[in-house]
Amino acid sequence: MQYRSNFILKNADSKTVNLLFAGVGGQGVLLASDILSEAAHIAGYDVKKSDIHGMAQRGGSVISQVRFGKKVFSPIIKDREVDFLIGFEILEALRCLNMLAKDAKIIVNNQKIHPISINFNGKVKYPENGFELIKKDFKDAELIQGITLAESAGDNKTVNLVLLGRLSNYLPFEQNVWEGIIKRSVPPSTVERNIHAFRLGKRSK
Amino acid sequence: MKEFLSGNEAIAKGAYDAGVGYAAGYPGTPSTEILENIAKRYIDIYAEWSPNEKVALEAASGASMAGARALASMKHVGLNLAADPLMTLSYTGVNGGLVIISADDPGIHSSQNEQDNRHYARFAKIPLLEPSDSQEAYDFTRLAFEISERFDTPVILRTTTRISHSKTLVSIKKAATCLYGRQERALNKTAIPNNIEKFVMIPSYARERHRIIEKRLKRLQNFSDRFTYNRYENNPPSPPFSKGGMGELKNKKGKIGIITSGIAYQYVKEVCRDMPILKLSMTYPLPVNLIKKFAKGFKKVYVVEELDPFLENEIKALGINVIGKEKLPSFGELNPDIIEGALFGKRKRIRKNELMLPVRTPIMCAGCPYLGIFYTLKKLGLFVAGDIGCYTLAALSPYNAIDSTLCMGAGICQAFGMEKVLKEEERKKIVAVIGDSTFLHSGITGLMDIVYNKGITTVIILDNSTTAMTGRQDHPSSGFTLKGEETKEINIAEICRVIGVERVRHINPFNLSEIENVISEEINQKLPSVIISKSPCVLLKHKAKVHRQPSLTVDLSACNGCMACLKIGCPALERIEKDNLSFVTINTMLCNGCRLCVDLCSIGAISS
Repeated sequence: MQYRSNFILKNADSKTVNLLFAGVGGQGVLLASDILSEAAHIAGYDVKKSDIHGMAQRGGSVISQVRFGKKVFSPIIKDREVDFLIGFEILEALRCLNMLAKDAKIIVNNQKIHPISINFNGKVKYPENGFELIKKDFKDAELIQGITLAESAGDNKTVNLVLLGRLSNYLPFEQNVWEGIIKRSVPPSTVERNIHAFRLGKRSK
Repeated sequence: MKEFLSGNEAIAKGAYDAGVGYAAGYPGTPSTEILENIAKRYIDIYAEWSPNEKVALEAASGASMAGARALASMKHVGLNLAADPLMTLSYTGVNGGLVIISADDPGIHSSQNEQDNRHYARFAKIPLLEPSDSQEAYDFTRLAFEISERFDTPVILRTTTRISHSKTLVSIKKAATCLYGRQERALNKTAIPNNIEKFVMIPSYARERHRIIEKRLKRLQNFSDRFTYNRYENNPPSPPFSKGGMGELKNKKGKIGIITSGIAYQYVKEVCRDMPILKLSMTYPLPVNLIKKFAKGFKKVYVVEELDPFLENEIKALGINVIGKEKLPSFGELNPDIIEGALFGKRKRIRKNELMLPVRTPIMCAGCPYLGIFYTLKKLGLFVAGDIGCYTLAALSPYNAIDSTLCMGAGICQAFGMEKVLKEEERKKIVAVIGDSTFLHSGITGLMDIVYNKGITTVIILDNSTTAMTGRQDHPSSGFTLKGEETKEINIAEICRVIGVERVRHINPFNLSEIENVISEEINQKLPSVIISKSPCVLLKHKAKVHRQPSLTVDLSACNGCMACLKIGCPALERIEKDNLSFVTINTMLCNGCRLCVDLCSIGAISS
């Protein structure tokens, strides 16, 4: 089947690529979108990125939008033009589905983070079958065992790099470019496990 | 090589490259990172967190008076406080360049309103620059200093959240060619000024300065017409002041032209990049001739701007018929879809997310020293006059404990005002709650009002040793400066005593019965009281270790699902369902072991 993501890998020069990163404060969403933006920059593209993180430290949702292409104007993505959704958490991925192009690529981390509203509203529950709900409308969706892979890389905080590694399979940037940026972007003592996590994510299926 | 910078990082870099010698501000989303970047990366600039924005601008104006280039950075509502010096700084003008960064928050991502601060430029009759990406944020910061010195005026550089917090590529080399001259480090040529007609604003001198302002405004308007960043795009292709360019425009009257500025420019380009556009960068005073010539070329001219019809009203006052807010909203953020709908009627039906999903609202942290206070205030059923900070989150579920929030420092005064008009028994049901940074920002004067005018208000100061909501910035009682140097810690309790508050009490925010007892005692006093809860923010790593304990667990065989512990509003407590029964578990990744929930569990199911 011809998915949007296959098309982008071959035609990144003719189309602005729109990526949406969604997660919860503390998951490293903004570091991931920064690394991706830098990779696009080094590959010679124009890049813009817009974050909404005012309340992230208080357990709120974090959204980061990245757009790259020959020339990018708006830092925010038009309605239903998201090509890639990188969901760091299932509920936050579900929350973004209405913003996606209908054949968008979704990479979602198999993790649930409890929102406090569930404590006080017995009616609204955390969706049990989150990934099936995603799969129902979006065929090109992958569930990643982010925590497990991050733990085997030696640090459960490297989920963001696992997801980025997975994403790198669908973008036209060289492995050494990615790894060079990771080295510059994370604390020196954590470089090894972050790169390990990136590679595990890239090879995962 | 270009750099990938946020608008705030670009402003910091622009300030450095402009030779700024003095930078001051007070933290406020979305402006905070400007000074943080200056302090971290450009260490030879003197930079400080001031107690508030008025102080920041006044101190910056002093540095300017002594000849240094100076910058004051704040969020939109901060400029309300700094408006007093601003209005008269327009009269005195500057010596070294003086630039005020106003970071507005359309969409109210993290503010109490979404006022459009472009009005301040017109109000104060000073130039206004509106960048539309990080490149312009960098370029315009440098230009702002040149304009400031060339026209002897403070300049406002106005960003919005989407400029401040978006990252775009910035070419430093291109902008290094300064348009109008000097850029050497300003600190080297400071001196004591001697010019009382300019710097002493008494009536006789101020009247003369007002004449100068009006002349300056005319010169600035001419400058705006020639400012290269106010430009035509797409039609006509030739530069605006070449003879051929305007002729071509007259002969060929186009259908639609668009006038736009700031982030709205990027959205317009996104939806119709080939349309004729007048891109405005200096939006006060407006380039009147440029606008008139542009408007003549089109049957219809749209003005696309976020928030107020600032450009639209000015342009209409020139007698030019433009379409703006009748098509576009005056509230919230714009985006490419809204503009596409307004200009071309291509309104996409907004696709609703049909899934019933639980919301993820911002909440206080596990182990936050505020949790027990708000639990108690709610339990006592008091009216709580709140203020601006993390504790404002207590207005919402699950805390539901704040009854008013207006602006920085208002809570104490509002509580006092209520008390003066309420019946005696009702006066005991009001407390004011304020954080340490906010108290030092503008709470002290309210407390003086209470003491001076014989009030009995109870004020609770939540001292977590930091400006937590904006990301933990230091302040006058935190013991450190913006640059991380150790300094005197101003003692809040002593301030209260010196003002004349006789009843200053301290409470341990992790002891629920103590909190309840002390608050109950103080609201029944016939004297003003201050209750101080001093315990560091749990996110303050170097200080919070003191009270970080091993995490707790719930014995599920003992838990009877009464949910009493959830009332504390701690995010580490998670309600789970098992065999159709509800229980509570504790997320050990989040729990700080503060033990507030232990006190609420009547059957002792929670332990370490």
